[in-house]
Amino acid sequence: MTLTVSRDARHNAPQKRRPGKGRRHGSLVAWLFLSPALLLFFWFKFIPMFEGVRMSFYEVRPYLGDEWRGLSNYRTIVSDSAFTSAIWHSFILAIGTTAGSLIIGLVLALLIEGRARYLWFVRTAAFLPVVTTMAAVAEVWRIMYHPADNGLLNTIVGWLGIGPAPFLASEHSSLASIMGMGIWRGAPYDMMIFLAGLVGIDRTLYEAAAVDGATVWQRLWRVTLPALRPVFWILFTLAAIRGIRVFVEVYVLTNGGPNGSSEVLMTLIYKLGLQQGELGVAAAGSIVLFLATLTLTVVVQALRRRSTT
Amino acid sequence: MTTQASRFDTALGLEAKRGPIVVVFKTLLYGGMVLVFTGPLWGLLVSAFSDTVNPTGFTLVPHSFTLKNFIEAGDRDVYHYLFNSFVVVGFGLLLQMVVSVFAAYALARKKFRGAAIVLLLMLVTMMLPEEVIIIPLSVVLADVPPFHANLIGSYLGMILPVGAWGFSILVMTEFMKEVPVELEEAARIDGAGELRIFATIILPLCRPALGVIGVFGFTMIWDQYLLPLVVGQEAGEWTIPIALRSLRSDEEVGIGVLLAASLLALLPSIIAFLAFQRQFMRGLTSGAIKG
Repeated sequence: MTLTVSRDARHNAPQKRRPGKGRRHGSLVAWLFLSPALLLFFWFKFIPMFEGVRMSFYEVRPYLGDEWRGLSNYRTIVSDSAFTSAIWHSFILAIGTTAGSLIIGLVLALLIEGRARYLWFVRTAAFLPVVTTMAAVAEVWRIMYHPADNGLLNTIVGWLGIGPAPFLASEHSSLASIMGMGIWRGAPYDMMIFLAGLVGIDRTLYEAAAVDGATVWQRLWRVTLPALRPVFWILFTLAAIRGIRVFVEVYVLTNGGPNGSSEVLMTLIYKLGLQQGELGVAAAGSIVLFLATLTLTVVVQALRRRSTT
Repeated sequence: MTTQASRFDTALGLEAKRGPIVVVFKTLLYGGMVLVFTGPLWGLLVSAFSDTVNPTGFTLVPHSFTLKNFIEAGDRDVYHYLFNSFVVVGFGLLLQMVVSVFAAYALARKKFRGAAIVLLLMLVTMMLPEEVIIIPLSVVLADVPPFHANLIGSYLGMILPVGAWGFSILVMTEFMKEVPVELEEAARIDGAGELRIFATIILPLCRPALGVIGVFGFTMIWDQYLLPLVVGQEAGEWTIPIALRSLRSDEEVGIGVLLAASLLALLPSIIAFLAFQRQFMRGLTSGAIKG
């Protein structure tokens, strides 16, 4: 960082000779104040980032020296069926959780909009899942999902006359069950952001719509929902990115099982890299994960731009 | 604005509707919402204080109150894990807030070359999910260049990587920009130095923002999972979220201890949220809207 400071000072000096001293002093102070953040970012974000890119091209062998592998780590990922199905599961989980949270969050936000005191209470209560520690709620849900017919959710399902569901214990429902918990935790967050968006809508538009004889439904479709569109896209991007890199929920609830049916990219990367020592392949997997989140962000931004113009 | 709810106040106009059917509908709706979203947490609270052994014994109805689970939790080192969590969140949050406040001061109050690049770097770190770098980070932490220090298995390994957080820095920066420049100039004319201006003028005015980054940083660090999982190699180094998994797989303890430990893992962030609700909501909307 000292290098940057001195170079900056040199650039500044000839431009403004007289106020140069104060300016140089100012930027020196700025870099000093910034240095703790920059150093921490450098060590624990940027070095690992570059190290990750490097590792993805090597077979990483601690104490023995790494061996250049070219693209073979990436080839493993593309061809290995465990990886392709994990990528697919991550994708399904991300889309399902995101869509479920958005729809339920929007409906709840519309239903709970208002200024009454009890609505504030309901909102706060409903928001609690968002601030809970993931690992702990996942344990709670794992117990609630107990496949025996006296498990909590199976008891409730039983009242409705539906037979006990295996939830996490079956290959067919494990992913959907993880999704269920994800929506439970994601919907209140989306609800809160939608509520903030609803507050910002111009009330005179509602009155104007009423004067024109629009029904509540027409008003909803023509005024409210279009006004929420920017909020919707932001939430979609955030949630989808969060969904693709999901780890804790899956690791705690199923650890990828049964029979790999809920294995996602991150749990596979973790197992490969830190349990089996295949650091190079795991690093390549991480790069793929990063590219996926990046592509998603770019595509959503592009779609958003096209839909607004 | 009228205090009476008008039918144009909300999108559906539900709040202004009156009548017995509406009341029943609303009661069911809002009651159902509270039940669905807090039910599991309520169940955890009740079951942790109940005499529960079998793995399906998760209940929403209080019965046979006991502290047994919390006493047994002591034998299973749960309080040690809790202590580890508090050490990490305590020092981690302190570091994170200090770092954020310093960085924000430079970004908000100083004009200097490279400010745009620094801002870009911050955004890059926010775009870079921690999951993506966890594998290389584990390698870096085992041999930190250029010191060859091994932070695996130490508190420092869990604290330093969360020390700088782009979100906190940006929230703080936005807030510090609002402080009128006249205040600063007046102090400067009086001969106050940089640190003095920072500590006596800017910081006190930013107390609300400190609340925002404090409560967000707390929940963020408390909820850390992958990092402590990678750093904490032996049981003595685990934080409480990491330890939960091992408490579950033990056959003889039953789920009582797991429930007690889960409750202990949940409570701090819930308390932090309830105590700093206003700051939390503020940070939430500003964070989401800025992406």
